[in-house]
Amino acid sequence: MIDTLKTIDRTVAPEIVDAVNFKLQLKSYKKFTLKNGVDVYTIDAGAEEVLSLEWVFYAGNWFEDQNLVAASANFLLKNGTTKKSAFQVNEHFEYYGSYLNRACYNETATVSLHCLNKHIAELLPVVRELLTDSIMPEQELAIYQQNMKQRLKVNLKKSDFIAGRLIDSYLYGEHHPYGKYTRDEDFDKLNRQQLLDFYNKYYQQGKFMIFVAGRLPVNLEPLLNEYFGDLGNSNIQAGPIALKSSEEKKFRVTNDKDGVQGSIRIARPFPNRHHPDFLKIQVLNSLFGGFFGSRLMSNIREDKGYTYGIHSFLQNHIHESAWMISTEAGKDVCEAAITEIYKEMKTLREEPVDEEELLLVRNFMIGSILGDLDGPFQIIARWKNIILNGLDENYFYNSINTIKTISAEELQGLAQKYLKPEEFYELVVV
Amino acid sequence: MINFEKFTLANGLRVIVHQDTSTPMAVMNIMYDVGSRDENPDKTGFAHLFEHLMFGGSVNISNYDEPLQMAGGENNAYTTDDLTNYYIQLPAENLETAFWLESDRMLSLSFSEKSLEVQRKVVVEEFKEHYIAKPYGDVWHKMRDLAYKKHPYRWMTIGKELSHIENAKLEDVKEFFFKYYRPVNAIMVVAGNVTTEKVKALAEKWFGDIPSGEKYKRNVPQEPEQKEERKLEVKANVPLDALYKTWHIYPRLDRKYYITDLLADILSGGGSSRLYQSLVKEKQLFSNIECYHFGTADAGLLCIEGKLVKGIKMEDAEKAIETELDKIKNELVDEAELQKVKNKTESMIAFEDMSVMNRANSLAYYEWLGDASWMNFELDKYGSVTTEDILQESRNIFRKENSNTLYYYSGN
Repeated sequence: MIDTLKTIDRTVAPEIVDAVNFKLQLKSYKKFTLKNGVDVYTIDAGAEEVLSLEWVFYAGNWFEDQNLVAASANFLLKNGTTKKSAFQVNEHFEYYGSYLNRACYNETATVSLHCLNKHIAELLPVVRELLTDSIMPEQELAIYQQNMKQRLKVNLKKSDFIAGRLIDSYLYGEHHPYGKYTRDEDFDKLNRQQLLDFYNKYYQQGKFMIFVAGRLPVNLEPLLNEYFGDLGNSNIQAGPIALKSSEEKKFRVTNDKDGVQGSIRIARPFPNRHHPDFLKIQVLNSLFGGFFGSRLMSNIREDKGYTYGIHSFLQNHIHESAWMISTEAGKDVCEAAITEIYKEMKTLREEPVDEEELLLVRNFMIGSILGDLDGPFQIIARWKNIILNGLDENYFYNSINTIKTISAEELQGLAQKYLKPEEFYELVVV
Repeated sequence: MINFEKFTLANGLRVIVHQDTSTPMAVMNIMYDVGSRDENPDKTGFAHLFEHLMFGGSVNISNYDEPLQMAGGENNAYTTDDLTNYYIQLPAENLETAFWLESDRMLSLSFSEKSLEVQRKVVVEEFKEHYIAKPYGDVWHKMRDLAYKKHPYRWMTIGKELSHIENAKLEDVKEFFFKYYRPVNAIMVVAGNVTTEKVKALAEKWFGDIPSGEKYKRNVPQEPEQKEERKLEVKANVPLDALYKTWHIYPRLDRKYYITDLLADILSGGGSSRLYQSLVKEKQLFSNIECYHFGTADAGLLCIEGKLVKGIKMEDAEKAIETELDKIKNELVDEAELQKVKNKTESMIAFEDMSVMNRANSLAYYEWLGDASWMNFELDKYGSVTTEDILQESRNIFRKENSNTLYYYSGN
């Protein structure tokens, strides 16, 4: 190497390839269908001998008629079967170094397994046991109620937790799955029979699909057919539920009179991914508050130092979404931070973004997607999102195309259409 | 098996290259050999504040983030008790941008007053968000202060108090930079879709003539052996009583570190672990309980913490923990129980190594510990631990005079 300091000018950036010139591809999934009609989506990739399997049931809180029933049934389904105690179930998965998790969302609830390939044959029979033979013992329910109530007590001391629940209830209404939240007494009202009924209807007889990623074993299809090909597969759908948004828009809540920070949430309703503006708003959102170089971050953190971080994002919901700005700021600078947030909205409405900044946002977004497609688990996660939202691969390619081509004028038009302060809910919890 | 190549520039900068052509991305990871243990006791929190200032512009480049974002890259950094680490991920075609940015800030920062002024505020908000506003947020300030009397691990990376951050001066920033942020104190890993040949050329070009600096000779006071048990009681505005117990353990490079790590997993590594099964499920004294340690370079702490079920007395909860510890001190664990936590460790390593970013970070870390190739022998070290080792170390660690206990009472 002959290059020396004398020959480099450190003030000049090296040539770059604009990320907008990259061709991004979402590796296609392979799909097969089990004997009972259950769809299995798979991605075969990766260097490590590991697997991720996820059973997605239509068993989210959308389907419960009393708060917490869906989440509790999901939580307790690994706490005992007719053959194994909760301890034995855990011991089995842990002995093989695997992770058996479950999660409850709004429309769906999932059971997921991460494991080394070599142990798959020992693990699938027990996953089947959980999906067909869970008994949710009284004792397990009682411990769960007690411990979850304690956890809730701690969370209720946190302003960010309170703010998260309240802003959702303003947006969607407290009776809506997206807007409802948990109270102490909701845990007391739970009873075992109710959970078993829910489990029976939405798991044992429910509707589900399976997502698998990693280095796929050659006998994956027969294996899944053996253990899950005879389970119920009914026709459950998450039909629409009416919203009831709050009339009032501005809220100030005191949760702790000695609090040192305020949790600020500013949000407006926004349609779901099928709306023609959704992908475009993703670009406007990036510019506004979607990454470290965004307007909100540059102004409110990097210039004013009001906060450790400020972000805006579109909520990841299937039926309805919301566009939200979220930050924790010093108690005495909350109102100043809010003023700056509206100021940034105004700038976006009144001035078109210059080409340099727009190119930066485009490059950043494309680079970020490119980096995020790293590995089988990330790829299947994207597919899962596309499939559960009733979309197809065009959604991915349209998204890339929108990032590459949307104009400054279009973005300004969208800012004028959606960044109207009077349409936002505004909340500070101290 | 993670493959890599290693070379050192004339100025002492160590460079490691790890190629993975299955990704379109490249990762650059730079680890500096300075953490909060190197701070002056009157100026705590400085290593972390300094990490923020590394993004405030360098001598030839006024804005660090923008050119990187323009190149489709993302970055972040973190500071620990022991080290400070910076990492970038970007499309491999634009790798040179990372070299340009990182070499300029290793050459010199711009030392801007404005950046210092703003980042002081940002870090103060970070401090409030994580350590004041959160219930139980001050626990580790108190526990470290109780467990360490000499070693700088007695304060947290965020700093001992807000005033230390508020009082940081630009002279401190400069001095800190030229003492620690020199090529001779740094390790760079370049990973992903790259070749050693290209990395060598770029490293020479951009880092080759940065003055080497003086090798930092660490001389932090080591913690003397604790001779008697310590206890502290506090009352705070939290809804539940909580119990925290710590014991001094071993330096990261001690073989006993691996024994301790598996011991912690046996006690609380999941739904079938001992403490969870006995104290949360069977006796129902705690609503949650955990056993973990910090993996620090110098001798660290093993901690058991839990929140008590309403109505349970602190002393009874503590006694129940002692009963479980007596068990593991007196009876060999089953081979199967030990195998379980080894299997867990094996899969955890496999999952971690899936991402290029993690691999780059690990290579830098093991090189920092002594040799990047150690990364490939971790599993063997865990594999060699016996049930006899677990018994012996339980006896060594869980001694009363080695313990620190914090009763954290709900004040309302």
